[in-house]
Amino acid sequence: MLNPKLKLNPKIFNQDCEQIPTRKGFGEGLALAGEADSNVVGLCADLTESTAMNLFADKFPERFIQVGVAEQNLVTVASGMAAMGKIPFCSSYAMFSPGRNWEQIRTTISYNDRKVVIVGSHSGILVGPDGGTHQALEDIGLMRMLPNMDVVNPCDAIEAKKATMTLAKTPKPAYIRLGRAPSPVVTTEETPFNFGKAEIFWMPDVSLAQVGIIATGGLVHRAILAAKELESQEESERVKTKVMNLSSIKPIDVNAIVVLAKECKAIVIVEEHQVAGGMGSAVAEVLAQNFPVPMEFVGVQDRFGQSGTPDELIEEYGMGKDSIKDAVRKVLQRKL
Amino acid sequence: MAFLSEEKIIELQKKANDIRISIIEMLLTAGSGHTAGPLGMTDIFTLFYFHILKHDPKNPSWEDRDRLVLSNGHICPVLYATMAHAGYFPIEELKTLRKFGTRLQGHPHREYLPYVENSSGPLGSGLSQAAGMALADKMDKKDKDRFIYCFMSDGELNEGNSWEAIMLAGKYKLRNLIAIVDRNNIQIEGVTEEIMPLEPLADKWRSFNWHVIEVGGHDFVSLNQAVEEAQAIYEKPTVIIAHTIPGRGVRAFERNYKWHGKAPNKEEAEMALKELRQNA
Repeated sequence: MLNPKLKLNPKIFNQDCEQIPTRKGFGEGLALAGEADSNVVGLCADLTESTAMNLFADKFPERFIQVGVAEQNLVTVASGMAAMGKIPFCSSYAMFSPGRNWEQIRTTISYNDRKVVIVGSHSGILVGPDGGTHQALEDIGLMRMLPNMDVVNPCDAIEAKKATMTLAKTPKPAYIRLGRAPSPVVTTEETPFNFGKAEIFWMPDVSLAQVGIIATGGLVHRAILAAKELESQEESERVKTKVMNLSSIKPIDVNAIVVLAKECKAIVIVEEHQVAGGMGSAVAEVLAQNFPVPMEFVGVQDRFGQSGTPDELIEEYGMGKDSIKDAVRKVLQRKL
Repeated sequence: MAFLSEEKIIELQKKANDIRISIIEMLLTAGSGHTAGPLGMTDIFTLFYFHILKHDPKNPSWEDRDRLVLSNGHICPVLYATMAHAGYFPIEELKTLRKFGTRLQGHPHREYLPYVENSSGPLGSGLSQAAGMALADKMDKKDKDRFIYCFMSDGELNEGNSWEAIMLAGKYKLRNLIAIVDRNNIQIEGVTEEIMPLEPLADKWRSFNWHVIEVGGHDFVSLNQAVEEAQAIYEKPTVIIAHTIPGRGVRAFERNYKWHGKAPNKEEAEMALKELRQNA
């Protein structure tokens, strides 16, 4: 069942569940953060509408900087503005920022300790028809490796809005990962968002879970659908799982991950990212040091993306509901 | 900033010579680092820290201070030596350059030495940080209260990021931004015009809507005039292309790109110090 404490969207399993891109949630959140604090400024590299920063730029034109198609300048100008007390959010596609300007982010923002929020939209394979050049599958790894850099990957538009407002107030530089395509709204306005905390979204009605699924970003919804189906099987086929939403990848909620591993003794990772270096690697680092259990990884297996519809690509790259179910059964076999 | 009197010029010359001596001593103790750039930029650093900059070494985080962003962090021996002579920290500390536990990292790090405005090293990103500072001041209507200076090298104009910053500063007409290019014509592997030609450099900046001043990099009077002119320009950012002699002050090091990226050994340092001490 859905965790009743979290007031998640009751329509989550319906065909008519609302679908909103996380970038839109970011845009709304930035406009609200801009209202709350006049030091919040927005910078964009010629993708203001695509990254939904127009919601801020239209409201606060005097606090918006258009840098043109120049991602290296985007983040370094932001660093300079932060030095003068501004709280810059700079948006582009994740493939270009942090994809192209990673060294500038490292030196002038994280090493230089300047509070800048890097907003990477159009991440993951669900970008779809634009193809492999535009599908960022390495950005979580790139950013979580940086010291003095927080990393957030919201599961839906509402969480993206809350995360954006939160990141305007946290002390450290941060990266927020967003998606292009509309994705199901999993949470509600009432769902608590505690930065740095992971929450269990799905759990068995009674008894303990046999497998823990840790998901991040837009695939949290698919992970919940898979969990429900696994639990609805006939008794011989039934698997009870818990689904954790790990939107705060750095700082990572070590305690919650270890508690889940101790209960389930088997973990499945679900993320729209290269398996190498992504959220699953972060979880594996935590578990290898604290409570090693068998793990399976649903994610991109050392390949580039390609053109296609989101649904076609999710199937081709093995990140759909059935792939999640297969991974759960596989890890169950490996349980000691 | 004010008129440069004869007495002040003599004082600056003496100060610059002391700073050059410190640079050689630091590099000898460190055993590695860059020599030509720091010596070539010593007169400009001296003029700024002892005459032009609005700053207070006893209160480094003074909110209203001018900001000086060093883009080419590898010339930090001159930054550290000038700051020490200006009273930011003890001159004795210069001997710790590049040593484990030092505040004087091989390239400047703000976390270790908070008196520097930015951490730097990788080239081409300083001007955009300075432009960001100038933009923030423009937004806050503080762009008439203080200046943002960016010291940068000619070699780093090979970097695309530099030109992105130049384009942006022209677009936003950042009158409070003044860039000083160390036009010493060398970079690590040779002469700039052979590695990747920059000329016509002044025309390039001009075409990006900057006010351009070219000046000799070792004459305090004309450098001072150039900065005054830059401050008077109202509708554009200004670049001062300062023609400097790399290795300036030690004849054997001057104009030789081989001194760009290495430190003197004991003999070379002794020879350099002897020559500099004769000027004192």
